[in-house]
Amino acid sequence: MSYILIVGAKSDIAKEVARVYAQNGYDLYLAARNSKELEDFANDLKVRSNNQVELLELDITAFNTHETFYNSLKERPLGVVVVSGYMNEQHLVEKDWNESLNTINVNYTGAVSLLNIVANDFENERNGFIVGVSSVAGDRGRKANYIYGSAKAAFSTYLSGLRNRLYESSVHVLTVKPGFVATKMTENLDLPEKLTAQSIDVAEDIFKAQQAGKNILYTKWIWQYVMLIIKHIPEFIFKKMSI
Amino acid sequence: MSLISWGMYPRIKNRVHKLTDEYSLKETLKNNDELIAFGNGRSYGDSAINENIVYTRPYNYFLDFDENSGILHCRAGVLLSEILDSYVSRSWFLKVTPGTKLITVGGAIASDIHGKNHHIEGCFSECVQEFTIMIADGEIKTAKKGDELFLATCGGMGLTGVILTAKIALKKINSQFIRQTTIKTKNLQETFAAFEEYKHLSYSVAWIDCLAKDENLGKCLLMVGDFADDGDLKYKAKSKLNIPFNFPSFALNNWSVKAFNWLYYWKSPEGVSKQKVHFDSFFYPLDSIRNWNRIYGKNGFTQYQFILPKESSFDGLEHILQKISQSGKGSFLAVLKLYGKGNENYLSFPIEGYSLALDFKIEDGLFELLDQLDEIVVEYGGRIYLTKDVRVSQETFEKGYSKIETFKKYRKDNNMSEKFNSLQSKRLGL
Repeated sequence: MSYILIVGAKSDIAKEVARVYAQNGYDLYLAARNSKELEDFANDLKVRSNNQVELLELDITAFNTHETFYNSLKERPLGVVVVSGYMNEQHLVEKDWNESLNTINVNYTGAVSLLNIVANDFENERNGFIVGVSSVAGDRGRKANYIYGSAKAAFSTYLSGLRNRLYESSVHVLTVKPGFVATKMTENLDLPEKLTAQSIDVAEDIFKAQQAGKNILYTKWIWQYVMLIIKHIPEFIFKKMSI
Repeated sequence: MSLISWGMYPRIKNRVHKLTDEYSLKETLKNNDELIAFGNGRSYGDSAINENIVYTRPYNYFLDFDENSGILHCRAGVLLSEILDSYVSRSWFLKVTPGTKLITVGGAIASDIHGKNHHIEGCFSECVQEFTIMIADGEIKTAKKGDELFLATCGGMGLTGVILTAKIALKKINSQFIRQTTIKTKNLQETFAAFEEYKHLSYSVAWIDCLAKDENLGKCLLMVGDFADDGDLKYKAKSKLNIPFNFPSFALNNWSVKAFNWLYYWKSPEGVSKQKVHFDSFFYPLDSIRNWNRIYGKNGFTQYQFILPKESSFDGLEHILQKISQSGKGSFLAVLKLYGKGNENYLSFPIEGYSLALDFKIEDGLFELLDQLDEIVVEYGGRIYLTKDVRVSQETFEKGYSKIETFKKYRKDNNMSEKFNSLQSKRLGL
């Protein structure tokens, strides 16, 4: 039993996470929409690591397919890493309900739908780990991305509850809160260099934190302190700010 | 985002085009008059710098590996360190590797890099079976050993196109450790004698104290070795120490360099000693410190590397070391190496002889000193390494490379001289 299931495997962070796990001897299920696009990448992993890599079709917003999806895995995974995420520009999202709904469904509802099934199984088996990639954007709502942020906030809260519930069954849950990461998602944003992580560093942080049984991971680490400050700005001041 | 080279000099604004697939690269070629490929930014000077850069590092999939022949087929953005991460534990190692593993396969071909075993294995191109490259009109060509395109591209500094994939041969090893012999010499004569004495061993390199004077001129620590045979291949890449900011530029001065050189030299026992060291510390001592270039401060630094033909090496080196020690400009790292025969590639750096590489921080008076060194290099029939260079004149450069006209003509005949250019190629009229 050595498979790790990576959900949302097409993202830049997910790919690096897959590489780190493969390098450390794990087999992989890579789940994504249009997973065929990952064929070259899966081949890359196989050539690098000699491990098993399987591509699986999964739409995180197709809730009613999740049960079948999970039950059809040929082996129960040792752990699940949920990286799926969706962020569009705030001004588009706030004017278009479908955009809003999709943001909420990809970042939150879909993850809940799938992880409920995983959690029940892991709890039963008293084995496994769950990693959820949330975001520092969920720590406080800002006008720049509060719909995305609120979905991530809900996801963080969900993971925290899950961690609490599964503690007794020795199933570990890690919440990951990346700050800025240089990826396709943020390609067109002008990010401050000192605060921006590379996907590979985020992936290595995730692997280390998961192996060490950490609960909440900020990556880069400095974000823990940045967010500590941001969270403590009084609301009457915060509401006037543009950050 | 603007990209800079390892020397952090010069800094210019550039547009970065990430290489993700062939189709968009073709578009990029069509839409831009002039560009240059950039790998992982480890060449020191301006050879991969221009206003338009094709950033090849993201193009980094492994395609195939044949466990029987050791042939790896991969995309050009793969780092040598990624190859080691994957294959050392399966008993394979790079046939040729430079002093950093943090370079791309494409960069290794474009610089036709060499390593501590040049006198045995030659340049990187020796282990390249074939590669594919997108040339000026967007066509993808396959170049095999002996093809003109192969001869022009290996060592051609990215001036023939954008390398896409390569098939390279790895070599078998039976340990992740190196059996190393260190020889401490007292002067240049002893240094040369030691190189000759140990040249049957695969790997050799010497660190020279270039501030030493008079009877100590050319004293060195020569390190030679070969892979051990103990079957220990449990390799795991270590995490890296980071230098998070640029040191103030006064941190490196004559005194600190002297102190470093003194410590480095004296910590080693007299005469000949033996050690067993990990390949990472043998081949890549500086890779364990991420961004070590920041030690030189924000003005950046350069590496001056030249090679002299064997017959004039002794006199030439003596002359140059005298000049440097008189100038009082310290170099942290002064690396001396004996090379084997040169190859047929138009612009590959190595010829049979001795090469010296010196790091200098960029400051007033440095380029004047290097111009003086150039004159000596030319006088003794030597040449400058383009991968390290940021300032050599066209005249000095051309005197060193005999196949320069063949290269220029090839570029012109294939419409490459307009399309692929770096600041360096324009400075050198390539």
